[in-house]
Amino acid sequence: MKNILFIEDEAVMQKAVSEFLGVHGYNVISALDGDLGINAAKSQKPDLILLDIILPKKDGFDVLKELKEDEATKSIPIIVLTNLSQMNDVSKMMEMGVTTYLVKSDQSLRDILAIVQKTLEEG
Amino acid sequence: MKNFFKDIIRQLDIIGQCGKYNVPLRQCPQFLFLIMGIITVAAMLAVYFIGLYYNGDPEKIALVVIALATAMMVLSFIIVHSFEQLAETSRLKTEFISIVSHQIRSPLTNLKWIVEILTSGILGKTENKQSEYFKILKENLERMQKLVSELLTVSRIEATKLILKKENFSMENLARDLVSEFAPISKSSHVEIKVITEGKVPKVCGDPFQVLQVVENLVYNAIRYIGFATDNADNAANAKHGEVEIRLYGKGKYVYCQVKDNGIGIPKEDQKYIFQKFFRAENVRRYQTSGSGLGLYIAKNIVERSGGKIGFLSREGEGTTFWFRLPAASNHKDKTANKIQKINPKFNDKQNQNIKS
Repeated sequence: MKNILFIEDEAVMQKAVSEFLGVHGYNVISALDGDLGINAAKSQKPDLILLDIILPKKDGFDVLKELKEDEATKSIPIIVLTNLSQMNDVSKMMEMGVTTYLVKSDQSLRDILAIVQKTLEEG
Repeated sequence: MKNFFKDIIRQLDIIGQCGKYNVPLRQCPQFLFLIMGIITVAAMLAVYFIGLYYNGDPEKIALVVIALATAMMVLSFIIVHSFEQLAETSRLKTEFISIVSHQIRSPLTNLKWIVEILTSGILGKTENKQSEYFKILKENLERMQKLVSELLTVSRIEATKLILKKENFSMENLARDLVSEFAPISKSSHVEIKVITEGKVPKVCGDPFQVLQVVENLVYNAIRYIGFATDNADNAANAKHGEVEIRLYGKGKYVYCQVKDNGIGIPKEDQKYIFQKFFRAENVRRYQTSGSGLGLYIAKNIVERSGGKIGFLSREGEGTTFWFRLPAASNHKDKTANKIQKINPKFNDKQNQNIKS
């Protein structure tokens, strides 16, 4: 079973995504802030990370920077899942090495599942 | 002397202050203050020299100059202060819309995902009646999401924060993908959508995602307003067969796109307001209360900021043809093509779905 780390401070979103991906055969690890997310990524080495940008303690940019600087976590594919859709946020995240940038409000859970599956297949 | 004026301009920080309000220079309070100051000094000098020319009493001249200077200063203060208040109100309004829209997006996404889980069957089968209500809930959530997105786009337009990319893309692909996207709604509305190309249509240079929004708005309006024409026909025999035609062609340095419908048309007296924010034509409001009146305002802004032009021809009861033109792509190789392809996967290589918005 593939492990997915979901770094997101909204409990309802955590629950919905975990439930949906869980039913489709994924184990979702939850982290409710940036610090917890970094620790979970380092200790549990997930196969994929879903990352929000607006987070308590450390925001998505800081989390991404730290994970990309660490040899142990830098190759984990990261999908940004946020409601920020400004072009400068998208460009900055892409330059920092995220695999995919998704705007939450435009995605269904099925869309997210398809992109997770595709990202994991591509390795 | 030159440095003295440069220092004054730097001290006043006119460019910085005007940037804060997001208004053109001519409406910027600090710039107006500077202009009013120059006019006051010029007026004082003019009065002084005119007085001397006519051999006036120096004391009287001095008094007139002082009175004039005082009046001008008071007037300047009132005008500049009024502009400052207007600019600040406009800035706060734009900021308010942006913050509220962002805050509304999260709970709306929560609701959308929960409804998806409930209707997906993973928690057990739902009854027909329940499914019917979930469908209504989903449709209303989508309406709210559309409105929030439009408000966010408007706030970005007004804050001049709407960034438009320059990318070469095919309008034909965009239109054909859009027709597939609209297939369910066009089928349920009994409207046929056709894409017609005249010769080889050159690629367009613009932001594919934003241009998609423009065509989407025009096609969506066309379908809706044909619906009213059909619904309000006296009997089945008079009911119109709904047709929307997307015509594409290249002419000179531009690519033209026309969206033609045989819907209710726009009343003549409403035509001059059609691109105004929140405006909805009288005949449309009569039949449907929903609709934000933002779609065409957004479309006009996107087209004009992309170096194009938008317009329409309409006759009430017969239909409307909206048209817009965008600069055709130049022949040079587009260095950003790959990056944008990732951002706008809908009508590009499906393998490059790296950014989805």
